[in-house]
Formats: sequence, C-alpha cells, structure tokens
Amino acid sequence: MEAKNHPIKKVMIICAKANIEDVYAALVMANGAVMEGIEAKVFFTFFGLDAITKNRMKKLHTATVGNPGLRMPGGLPFPTILGMLPGVEAGVSAMMKKQMERLDIPPVDEFLELITAGGGEIYACKLAVEMFGLKKEDFSEHVKDIITIGQFYELAAGEGTQIIFV
Amino acid sequence: MAEKMYAGKSVSVTDEGYLTDPTQWTREVAIAIAKEEGIELTDKHFAVLEYIREKTLKGEALTIRSIGKSGIVDTKDFYQLFPGAPLKKASRIAGIPKPTSCV
Repeated sequence: MEAKNHPIKKVMIICAKANIEDVYAALVMANGAVMEGIEAKVFFTFFGLDAITKNRMKKLHTATVGNPGLRMPGGLPFPTILGMLPGVEAGVSAMMKKQMERLDIPPVDEFLELITAGGGEIYACKLAVEMFGLKKEDFSEHVKDIITIGQFYELAAGEGTQIIFV
Repeated sequence: MAEKMYAGKSVSVTDEGYLTDPTQWTREVAIAIAKEEGIELTDKHFAVLEYIREKTLKGEALTIRSIGKSGIVDTKDFYQLFPGAPLKKASRIAGIPKPTSCV
C-alpha cells in the first residue's frame, strides 16, 4: 500500500477558533490544497465565524495572555502580565500580521478570495450562526452557504477525503 | 536527473520532469511539456510563462498571490489556464524549478 497510490483528493477543514494562528492554519491548509489540485472545503464554526464575519475578519487577534509560546522580539518569554495591559494584544497582533505580509501571506478577506478563486469553498456552521444571532449578510461574499454538520459530512463523501479540525 | 526529448531538443529534467537548466527552455519545449500536461498553450499562457520566468530568474519567490497581482492574469484565470495545480504546472512548462512556496 504505497501512499502514492492513494492520494488525498479532498480536505474538509473545520475552524472553530478566532485567533490569528488558528484561522491562518486553516486558510493556509485550504489554500495549499487548492494549489495542489486537491478539493478543499472549510467549515467555520463557533468563534471561528469571526474569520468570515465582515466586520470582524480584519480585527483578528492572537492571545497575549495564556499563550506560553509567545515570545518578545528578542526571543525572551513574553510576560503574561504585560499581555494584560490595554493595547498590547492589538500591538502584538498587528506585528504578526506585518510579518505575514512580508511572506506574501494575504489578509483574511484576500485569502478567502484566493481559495475560492481556486475552487475552494467556504461554509458557515448553521448552529453557531444561530447561536450568535448572525445572518447571511453578515458574512463575507466568499461564504458559499450556511450549512449543518450533516450537510458538511455529505460534502465530505468520497474516497481520499480527510477531515481536519483546527 | 535524466535527459528528455522535447520538440527534437534534448533537455535535462528532474525525476518530476522540471528542467534543471532554464536556459534550455524554448517556446517549442514549452509547447511539448504543456501537451504532456494536457494544456494547449495560447498567447495568454505564454504571457504568464514569460512573467514567471523573468521573476524566477531574478531570484524572486513566486506565489499564486503575486501572480494574481501581476496584472497579467487574476487568480481565477491562472487556475483556469493551468487547471489542477497551477503554480507547479506553470513552473514546469516555464522550465523553472519546482516551486517551494506555501502560499
């Protein structure tokens, strides 16, 4: 059973979080799949909906409190108490976005456009949408539909599909 | 590495079929490689191929985003011109190394 004989044909990515690193993990994986000619569908649920909500998608943050991986620019650990100060989280997040732009990683809305231009599909979770009281028009134009988890599994049907939870 | 004949010209290619020497590339070689990929090259294809050759030979890293912003094609057209895996296919047909970009 060689891996080459069983290529991945479709990835179904679920993103349930709103921080920069998780949203980008989902977007990079989806875009990477599309670039390789692999079908990709991304399902945003719970706080992940922020990434596709028009008035929130440009304001994603990374957590400066409770994030042990976070470092100061010189490499020293980032003191949690510093992360609590007003404006620090926004500053750190802005810095992260600047670093990504340097690597030609686009902002979220443009990333969604790249993915859909390549045939990828973006969905919002119906349950979470109802829970947060959102409507179709609150979402980016790149969101194809609001669907249930059951419909998501239907879309996953077929040989060579992988489901990835972020 | 191996030698391969394209349009009556012998070129060296990697195991995955990418030219190892971009100077061996000609339009005729491109047409022959494209045929293997099931693509019939048009002027629009060549405009893209020349753009990515120029960028690569200058040492710039290619991304789908940068090609989409090149003014030559938008992202959607790029996917249509080289269906499936556009960056890889276009690189192979353009006679440049396999792309290493993650975006």
